[in-house]
Amino acid sequence: MKKRSGRSRFLFLCVAPAVVLFTVFMIIPTLNVFRMSLFKRSAYSPTEDFVGLDNFTRLLQDANFIRSMQNTILLIVVVTVITFAFALIFAAILTREKIKGQNFFRVIFYIPNILSVVVISAIFSAIYDTNNGTLNSLLSFLSGKTVAILWKGEGMVMVSLIIAMVWQAIGYYMVMYMASMASIPQSLYESASLDGAGRITQFFQLTLPLIWTNIRTTLTFFIISTINMAFLFVKAMTSGGPNGASEVALSYMYKQAYTNSSYGYGMAIGALVFLFSFGLSALVNAVTKRETLEF
Amino acid sequence: MKRAMSFLLAAAMVASCGVTAAAEEGEVLKVAAIETAYGSEMWQEVCEAFTAETGIEVDLVTDKNLEDVIGPSMKSGDFPDVIHLATGREDALTETFIKDQNIVDITDVLSMTVPGEEAVVGDKIAGGFTETSLTNPYGDGKTYLAPMFYSPCGLFYNAGLFEEKGWEVPTTWDEMWALGDVAKEEGISLFTYPTTGYFDAFFYALMYSVGGAEFFDQATNYAEGIWDTPEAQTCFDIVAKLAEYTEPTTPAQANDQDFTKNQQLVLDNKALFMPNGTWIVGEMAEAPRADGFEWGMTALPAVEDGGDRYSYTWFEQAWIPSGAQNQDAAKQFIAYLYSDTACEIFAKSGAIQPVLNISEKLEGDNQMFYSIYDNGAKAAMGNFAAFTPIEGMDNRTVWFDPVNSLVSGTITEEEWIDGIKSASDQMRANLIQ
Repeated sequence: MKKRSGRSRFLFLCVAPAVVLFTVFMIIPTLNVFRMSLFKRSAYSPTEDFVGLDNFTRLLQDANFIRSMQNTILLIVVVTVITFAFALIFAAILTREKIKGQNFFRVIFYIPNILSVVVISAIFSAIYDTNNGTLNSLLSFLSGKTVAILWKGEGMVMVSLIIAMVWQAIGYYMVMYMASMASIPQSLYESASLDGAGRITQFFQLTLPLIWTNIRTTLTFFIISTINMAFLFVKAMTSGGPNGASEVALSYMYKQAYTNSSYGYGMAIGALVFLFSFGLSALVNAVTKRETLEF
Repeated sequence: MKRAMSFLLAAAMVASCGVTAAAEEGEVLKVAAIETAYGSEMWQEVCEAFTAETGIEVDLVTDKNLEDVIGPSMKSGDFPDVIHLATGREDALTETFIKDQNIVDITDVLSMTVPGEEAVVGDKIAGGFTETSLTNPYGDGKTYLAPMFYSPCGLFYNAGLFEEKGWEVPTTWDEMWALGDVAKEEGISLFTYPTTGYFDAFFYALMYSVGGAEFFDQATNYAEGIWDTPEAQTCFDIVAKLAEYTEPTTPAQANDQDFTKNQQLVLDNKALFMPNGTWIVGEMAEAPRADGFEWGMTALPAVEDGGDRYSYTWFEQAWIPSGAQNQDAAKQFIAYLYSDTACEIFAKSGAIQPVLNISEKLEGDNQMFYSIYDNGAKAAMGNFAAFTPIEGMDNRTVWFDPVNSLVSGTITEEEWIDGIKSASDQMRANLIQ
């Protein structure tokens, strides 16, 4: 009996620091966001008035917020689909095919991921320049006439953000897929090819099902990181402009909380984004649930 | 238990010694100043001169993104004693403090003697500067923000190009449109702007030139029905027409990352005019430019022949946040900023304090810029009145950001005006009295 209680005390002491840190730095601040979303207050002043759910009802009538949410959802869907497809294809090619300079490509694809967003925004500022930019020059060269697309104009700004975000994210997910693809035993592919399965069949019938757990994890990553990275990209590349056309949920939250003295309102946006990303991740997780295959 | 008690006592003694030692060493004034095109060395020099004069140590922080540097500690309640910033910045920190009524009343600084001099602060500051809604944001006759580094704003252009083509700088908007058509034939756009933030100074001067001081006061206080007046309509029409004459790539570059590309359009003779301030010369000093380029600056054209022309006087502000610990020393520091020594240090870097008789000491481009008021242009000062925060709404997104959409043609002038009217009603209801 004594031994058991000593053991539980030991376990308790081992777990306590982590629990305390987690509570102090994660749970309390998160609960605080929800609490502050019920107040009218500013970021730098201690006074606050309780307004109940006013901030939330106002949010639903705020056209700028709705547009920022639409942009966020657009980014989550499009960036995820494109990045996912490219990352999978590149990972499959680099692990399954024998091509020269595999490591070179691996590094090249991964480089955007280690660059700071500020550097990326400077690179894309040069690429998207209307008059002397790489993209317009290339298009002009290919089409034989002067192309002057306003990449950061109202019509194209979201497309420009998507291109930059996909470019930045592919390497990271590619490396993750490569890691799990590499662990699939070669013998499975050999027997599959003996049965007459071609490369494409092998990819869909063997590779995909066997790395499914990994894919499910990355889908959650996609949702969380797109929401977070979109803020950085917007802040560095477009400041939410022109006229709010590229505003996303978190950049709008930041603007309201820190530049419009509406901290409570900003926290209400934060609370909604929290619930939204949580709900979406749970949904994606539930929809993609399959029986785990082992090899 | 006894041991624990004695340990606590010992700890308390050590702590209290620390406190007294710090107090005896003398107070340290925390100053936070934005680093702009003027650089940060001048602040270092002024702080050293202040310490030499008063014996008060200064802990100076300067940064281009000052808000990001001092923001986190302010959120936890640790405020600088003096903050030098400007309104109209993307982070709108000064506006936030004004809206929160979180700034110390410094009216008494105006009657303080400048440290090391005989003169009184209020007598040194040039007329009008401490009577605007920028320094007295609540209209209660009290000054909360000290006016700093002023700069006439106007339309900047390449004087060399005008000379080469034999064009006259327009004095009325009609002449402006005529010039726009002539320039268009040569493949040059009439207008560009760095970001929509630059429209504040432009719009204020425009309101003055269209309707005079009375209209400006009513408009900036969101008077009922003011946006239905013919004066307001003229202002809107001019901006909407100007949008048609704007270089088409402008909105795509009108962000904090690419705004210098819009400024470059003027240097490259792709656009004729842009609204800006005198700092543009330093900001674009290293940029390539067309042959024979020479900076020129003009006040806004008049609405009709012989009408008033205005140039907005843009200035930065120094203020004391309510949470500052050393408010008395902070007031002395602000008073010192108007001393002859400080003004000279600032002027060396091109930052001109709004004190009397300073224009006599200017040289080069600055002499031309600052003489704009001697050449017939009137000075426009002030800004939109402060209101308690309205969720999802601020002046810039209502008035100026839609100019990007006007240029792109995605909204109409009427839609822009409707947005202004409905926002203006809410702002009026939330005015800080």
